[in-house]
Amino acid sequence: MAETQSGNRPLSPHLQIYRPQLTSMSSIMVRATGIALFGLSILLIWWLLAAATSPGAFAFIDGLMRSWVGDVVMLGATWAIFYHMLGRLRHVIWDFGYCLDVPTSEKMAMGMFGLATVLTAVVAVVF
Amino acid sequence: MKYATDRKRAEGLGSGRQGTAHHWEMLVSSMALLVVVPAFVITFGLVFGGSHGEVQAFFSHPVAAIVSALSLIVIIRHVMNETLEAVEDYIHGLAGKLTIVAVTALAYTLIATGLFALAKLAL
Repeated sequence: MAETQSGNRPLSPHLQIYRPQLTSMSSIMVRATGIALFGLSILLIWWLLAAATSPGAFAFIDGLMRSWVGDVVMLGATWAIFYHMLGRLRHVIWDFGYCLDVPTSEKMAMGMFGLATVLTAVVAVVF
Repeated sequence: MKYATDRKRAEGLGSGRQGTAHHWEMLVSSMALLVVVPAFVITFGLVFGGSHGEVQAFFSHPVAAIVSALSLIVIIRHVMNETLEAVEDYIHGLAGKLTIVAVTALAYTLIATGLFALAKLAL
């Protein structure tokens, strides 16, 4: 009996029909920004080492980071570092046993997206 | 009959063979980020965009050098642990072990290089 039905069974939730939730997306974003920041730190260390090495080496990487592509990357990095900091704050709050219910977690997710964007805008205006 | 206590049998175990050490470290560095990230963004924001001479002069100030060194260590170690967590989740077996070694090596190379550069600029 089982063999005759094998092609006709309901599948478990599949990525293509899976509705993303605020909780899962905001959590994935924390991990993604963390890994992205690891990659971006190479750029920063390169810049520091170049500054300590020679004017020529510094001019190359500094020019790259201050080009319009560099501006976009730096803006993204600023948002990522603020978002990651706030996402990790949510983990600290959770780990201490608070705000573990879904509605509060979703409010904190909105807060993470919102506050990271506001802080990035402030940094972009000030610096 | 078992003579070892529950605690003794739990010690040194866990999938990572390090119990809750990784979790505790993430909790501590997550709290540290709340101080270090704003300090780092302000410090880097102040110096980035300056000429080579201005950058050199900026890092010769003790506060700039110390804040930069501290944020470099805390942030890179944190994102290393973040990346290692993802590796442990998704890459298994020999590939997983080698990736863990590679990620750790890259992180400490970046920290050592950054500290060398800062020391050279500061002194």
